[in-house]
Amino acid sequence: MHELSIAISMVDMAAEEAAQRGDVKVNAIYLKLGAMSGVVKDALLFSYDVVCEGTPMEGSRLVIEEVPIIVFCPKCEIETAPVSINNLCCPTCETPTPQVVRGREMEVTALEIE
Amino acid sequence: MSAEPRLVEVRKNVLKQNDLLARELRARFQQANVFVASFVSSPGSGKTAFLEKTLTHLRPNYRVAALVGDLATANDAARLARSEVPVKQIVTGTICHLEATMVENALGDWDLNELDCLFIENVGNLVCPSSYDLGEALRVVLMSTTEGEDKPLKYPTIFNTADVAVITKMDLAEAVEFDSQAAHASIQAVRPGMKVFEVSSKTGAGMDEWLEFLRLKKETTEYTSAPVAGRKLD
Repeated sequence: MHELSIAISMVDMAAEEAAQRGDVKVNAIYLKLGAMSGVVKDALLFSYDVVCEGTPMEGSRLVIEEVPIIVFCPKCEIETAPVSINNLCCPTCETPTPQVVRGREMEVTALEIE
Repeated sequence: MSAEPRLVEVRKNVLKQNDLLARELRARFQQANVFVASFVSSPGSGKTAFLEKTLTHLRPNYRVAALVGDLATANDAARLARSEVPVKQIVTGTICHLEATMVENALGDWDLNELDCLFIENVGNLVCPSSYDLGEALRVVLMSTTEGEDKPLKYPTIFNTADVAVITKMDLAEAVEFDSQAAHASIQAVRPGMKVFEVSSKTGAGMDEWLEFLRLKKETTEYTSAPVAGRKLD
């Protein structure tokens, strides 16, 4: 359960951004979360509320956009969703591929401030 | 009068601090010409026994050291000290994984120029360590014959972020009816093309192949790292 430390990093980052913009209030954090980031969405949402409690960010929202896994198929030469997270092969030609092009993201993309 | 709510673009990696520090560590390791490998696995899969064997075999020819992470005890460091190499325990308290900053702190006053290989044993956990770069050149994931052949399918992320896999406790394979073919198929499903070793730390089976791989890997890593100031010239 490392979602708590991830939530702390995220809230610290948002607080720093808010301070830089003249102590604005943060209403929401927008996060892109890859299916292969190693982080569980629900555990992160729970941790986020715990971390925000008693801080100026209490009541703010964490908006998670889940990013599916996309691999590159060397045979079809296309980017495609694999058969599944535990079967990384091309759904069309069934060629296994280790090249994950998306799905590891853990990126704060935007803040809603006022 | 309060301003209207508005969206501002940020685009920041949540683990940026860890990743930046890991990059710094990697540069330090390259500069000192130290080959760094980390071990990840579930608790009880035999990381410490395998590391002890590896250290003991490498010690005559290489200057080796180990950092070992654990939640609450220093038992592993005490065990590894039997291999007569420098070992430091990182007690993480309640934290279920190692982060780059813990590695940096543990290195402390060690002179990296005095080392050829450094091994980092992560906390026994197949979930959380997958997110954290420690600056290592090689991430090794271990699974034992007693854990079930579908372990990689259950924990695809950690297997996918590793460079090689080691199947341990091969001496128990027959007793637990371990299906080697199924285990290899599981690994290839989550990380196509991954190299896999089968070893027994107890009997020493498979260790030669593993050690030869490490030696080659160390040479290749030296070869590909850019020549930088302060690097050994011998």
